[in-house]
Amino acid sequence: MQLTVNGDKYDLDVEEDMPLLWALRDELGIKGPKYGCGIAQCGACTVHLDGLAVRSCSIKMKQAAGKTVTTIEGLGADALHAVQEAWIEEQVAQCGYCQSGQIMSAATFLMLNPSPSDADIDQAMSANLCRCGTYPRIRKAVKSAAAKLRSA
Amino acid sequence: MVDMGKVARRTFIIGSAAIAGGVAFGYYAINRPHKNPLLDDLEPGEAAFNPWVKITPEAVVLIAPHADLGQGVRSMQAALIAEELDLDWGDFVVSPGEPSPAYYNRALADMAAPFLSTDRSVPAELTRGAMGALFKLLGAQVTGGSSSVPDSYETLRLAGAVARETLKKAAAKREGVRVADLTTEKGAVVLPDGRTIPYTELAADAAKIKPVSNVELRDPSEWRLIGKPMPRLDIEPKSTGAVTYGVDVEVDGMLHASIKLNPRQGGALLSYDASAAEAMRGIKTVMPVTGGVAVVADNTWRAFKAADAIDCEWGPAPYPNEMADHWAALENSFTDDLLDSKWRDEGDMDAALEGTEVISAEYRAPYLAHAPLEPISAIVRVDDDGAEVWTGTQIPRFVQTNVAAIVGCKPEEVRLHNQYIGGSFGHRLEDEQVKLAAEIAKAMKGKPIKLTYSREGDFAHDFPRQIALARTQGVVKDGKVEAFDISIAMPSVLDSQFSRQAMSAPPGPDDQIAAGAWNLPYAIPHYRMRAYRAAQLAPISSWRSVGASSNGFFADCALDELIIAAGADPMEERLRLADDPVSLKVLEAVADMSNWGSDLGPDRGRGVAFVRSFGVPVAEVIEVTNTPSGVRIDKVFAAADVGRIIDPVNFESQVSGGVVWGLGHAMNCEITYKDGKAEQSNYHQFEGMRLYQCPEIIVRGLENAERIRGMGEPAVPPAAPALANAIFNATGQRIREMPFNKHIRFV
Repeated sequence: MQLTVNGDKYDLDVEEDMPLLWALRDELGIKGPKYGCGIAQCGACTVHLDGLAVRSCSIKMKQAAGKTVTTIEGLGADALHAVQEAWIEEQVAQCGYCQSGQIMSAATFLMLNPSPSDADIDQAMSANLCRCGTYPRIRKAVKSAAAKLRSA
Repeated sequence: MVDMGKVARRTFIIGSAAIAGGVAFGYYAINRPHKNPLLDDLEPGEAAFNPWVKITPEAVVLIAPHADLGQGVRSMQAALIAEELDLDWGDFVVSPGEPSPAYYNRALADMAAPFLSTDRSVPAELTRGAMGALFKLLGAQVTGGSSSVPDSYETLRLAGAVARETLKKAAAKREGVRVADLTTEKGAVVLPDGRTIPYTELAADAAKIKPVSNVELRDPSEWRLIGKPMPRLDIEPKSTGAVTYGVDVEVDGMLHASIKLNPRQGGALLSYDASAAEAMRGIKTVMPVTGGVAVVADNTWRAFKAADAIDCEWGPAPYPNEMADHWAALENSFTDDLLDSKWRDEGDMDAALEGTEVISAEYRAPYLAHAPLEPISAIVRVDDDGAEVWTGTQIPRFVQTNVAAIVGCKPEEVRLHNQYIGGSFGHRLEDEQVKLAAEIAKAMKGKPIKLTYSREGDFAHDFPRQIALARTQGVVKDGKVEAFDISIAMPSVLDSQFSRQAMSAPPGPDDQIAAGAWNLPYAIPHYRMRAYRAAQLAPISSWRSVGASSNGFFADCALDELIIAAGADPMEERLRLADDPVSLKVLEAVADMSNWGSDLGPDRGRGVAFVRSFGVPVAEVIEVTNTPSGVRIDKVFAAADVGRIIDPVNFESQVSGGVVWGLGHAMNCEITYKDGKAEQSNYHQFEGMRLYQCPEIIVRGLENAERIRGMGEPAVPPAAPALANAIFNATGQRIREMPFNKHIRFV
């Protein structure tokens, strides 16, 4: 199966029902997407599939084949994405394990909704679980990233 | 009086055997410093002045032996060394180092002594000294108990100062100038003529001289780093996906393993049929291991899938199958035989309760999973020289010992590479996954085996927070709290944890059964606290704030009930009762922050709670609104006193993270057993808190306490009682059992 990840093309010989997450992590060695729950509950595995945030633990390879994947490693490959800048400035991460997924979710969210209300942010970002409780800083970082993206 | 702890620490660092008389240490060995582990593999031209600083011709390497679980201690440890060593922030390499007895945790030893943290009496100090001696002998390198800051605060600054003065001495010798004429700045020694010599260029010379032993620590007024916001060293790599956690480590030739263990924890494997699993793609082998079966494959997902396909017949659980029997065991534990200790007995409780109206209540706290987002994993490779291990652990030397016992080598032949940990909350104080990985790796000598738990496996085999039950009673008189009596029963976390290390818990009472309930800083005329050590039930472990996570809820809410019954204001009465000046200031701060007493408007309420755990007084005020779709938490105000704040940004993160942890679990979570198995298998049944439920959190740090303390845990215990007290204030409903969502709806 063909897959383009962060601009590189790969040909993978894996089962059709292998989740994209495990093809990325164990077949391609791309470790930014994290395994947290395996059932699309935590969002740690979030990547962009053809430009939109998806839970890679719950996308089977037959659904991903032929498509373009961006992981956290590819998001800021040339220069940091505004969301990453905001995450660094607001010092969001504690353990950091969920943050790749949080950042990938926030990037798609802000692309679709450049001027979100507080309620929009709460709703969109509630799909990503953070066990350390970095939520107050996530809220601040999403707002500041939105402002950065609007003024860019 | 002489501060025994301080003397011991200084002596340790400097390596002198001089020690003040009168310390209850029985061994000469106690006075002798542990060997510096950095000397073992020093290359020519490199210098290591103590176990925390190594300078090579290329880099200044700082060793941060406390494990980083997300609480930011790698940066904190580096900051303390860099402060005295005059390094610019980030202009160094930080490494977790290798496990060594030199990194034994002095502060945890202090806390293991069952005295109030403010108690500086001779018995308290002697006991702390003896515990310190024990921990040192054991070489107990442990990250936990909110002890990383107190353990590091003086030691690591001294380590930086020793390195700095030794480098100056080397420079003085080389340049023929006086040490007194030298200064240091930006990782270099500055000569009288203004020229600078980078430390890296002095490493070879410095390695040839004896480290300077007599150093003075700088006055806080001279600090460049400590007390100021520092970007955590891991923030950028954690925002770009560049951090490697234990579960991300790759070793050449590595295979992936998964396990299927008896979901009745500790029960036996009676038989299994792996024929379907063995036929699946990528499966290398299936083998029995302690308590279950392991699958080895070429991909984690294939290993998970094959493990699911194994048919197993399991033996019974070594604890009651059903929750009702767990609760019954606690209900029957308030007996004289099981009285672990009577921690407080002020006034005359029996007389106070006699012939008057007694207000009594019963409080419950359930089992709770740790469920950090990074599932537990370990890579082990067994070879002729011993074993090599890659994992994230808070107990590296226990890991070495356990792997050595399985593999059949010496602990020092187990080379351990400690990793960044994606959340722990106490989970990585256990090392079952490393033991199992070692069993598999031993059977597949030469092959690195990475064992990863599935999320379902992690929930099924976590050792949860203790289940606990409290019975409280009290008397009020003339608008005041007159008597407060609290008895708590729980199985001992220490007993359970030590049993998995094939050790017995230290003799004497387990202070965690009483933590957060025996040290109320209130001058209540009659105050009694009794702790009952119930028999072991399900295996349990330390969970962020341990005993205080249940007991803070019990004690503060039960007291709140008395204050309400007395007709007093919850804040005013706590302020009136407070007899510890540091705690009083914390309560005053939170009253001020929350504008306590102001009108909140309709359908709203507020509650205050105060709990002291790990030596840190914390007060929280919570404001809620009773909406038609349930209770919404609007704001949390939190004030805490740790004596000295090392980094205000990280301090704030630890407090607000602790509040979220405390609230999310109190509102929404429990682990229950049915047929001996945990009923919750993934986050859809154990959510903690999600962002939409997260209130605004306003934090204030105070620095009045005499001793410095850590903030990883102490913000957790007051969150649940502050919420329950606020819910009572808003709705009139008193909740005495966690999780609260069994009794009330949340937005």
